[in-house]
Amino acid sequence: MDLPLLGRKMGMSQIFLPDGTRKGVTILKVDHCVVVDKRTPARDGYAALVLGTTPVTGDPRRVERLVGKPMMGRFKKLGVEPVKVVREFRVKAAELDKYQVGQKLGLEVVKEGDRIDVCSTSKGRGFAGVMKRHHMAGSKWSHGTHEYRRHGGSIGCRAEPGRVHKGKRMPGHMGAERVTTQYLKVIRVMPDQGIILIDGPVPGYPRTLVEISPTTKLHPIRIRKEEVASKDPLKASKKAAKK
Amino acid sequence: MQRTDIVDKSQLRNDHPDFRIGDTVKVHFKIKEGDKERVQVFEGVAIRTKGMSQSKTVTVRKMSFGVGVERIFPLSSPLIDKLEVATKGSVRRAKLYYLRDVQGKAARIKERRDDTPAAPAAPAQG
Repeated sequence: MDLPLLGRKMGMSQIFLPDGTRKGVTILKVDHCVVVDKRTPARDGYAALVLGTTPVTGDPRRVERLVGKPMMGRFKKLGVEPVKVVREFRVKAAELDKYQVGQKLGLEVVKEGDRIDVCSTSKGRGFAGVMKRHHMAGSKWSHGTHEYRRHGGSIGCRAEPGRVHKGKRMPGHMGAERVTTQYLKVIRVMPDQGIILIDGPVPGYPRTLVEISPTTKLHPIRIRKEEVASKDPLKASKKAAKK
Repeated sequence: MQRTDIVDKSQLRNDHPDFRIGDTVKVHFKIKEGDKERVQVFEGVAIRTKGMSQSKTVTVRKMSFGVGVERIFPLSSPLIDKLEVATKGSVRRAKLYYLRDVQGKAARIKERRDDTPAAPAAPAQG
């Protein structure tokens, strides 16, 4: 995969692989993903594609209300269909010319076995305690524990330093934040339905917007192998001799 | 229609005969040995079904040399070659966990005649 895409999480399901193992998969739907605008180094100082999804149609007044006047002006100027959701993706400056404004991107850029990163908004947990938020152990449930079962314990020392250290893990708002899940495997591409199946879960509720992009992470084992190969001169010379 | 139906339905197998809990079933299961594949038959009483659609499973219990053996089969698995109903059983429960605690005469299951109105049957594939 060499392109970013915008889609929606549909939910999770289970499929059978040819060897009979069952696999939990996340269904991502990419049904309408359009290049809405471009950011060029000359004009904006960086190269990026602006992608949009969730087209808004119908009564022009309603469209303008949903999209907003400033964005509506941009869409009119560029001559693209108004969309509700717009996201920017950095791309290489050289690749920018390959795509035109108004071009529709589809699943043809994704292959089975590809590794991708998926970015979405995680489920909101509200104001969460330390056990849920930071996996603290809490206290004993019995043996005289009084109103201290789900607490995090002491949060500091005494007169020295006389304050709580910065970054102390405490209760607070959890979830509903932007989370990137890296190096997910594409199990299956179903272009007829506009669907791809991803190995494992992805943050967020069903219908959550997902930003799909080529992975920025290299496989840890592969990196290690390359390191080992480069560090062993004896083996390298033997290999060369064989050739 | 559920959001995940497109994927679920594509995985669903509908080719098994209807069976009920208490039936003795033969599950022809493909087993890979090295690069060879053969079919093994596991015959026993269906004591439980769980899940629905493509993730539905059946638990089959049999006595093997005096030891109870239970196996869980995903009904939509491509590794199931064939599923046959050997004998029909009449039971009054949906989960036959009591079979684990009984032996001999108590572990028998009455045969079901099709003309006897049995409890509302769970369809084999839901």
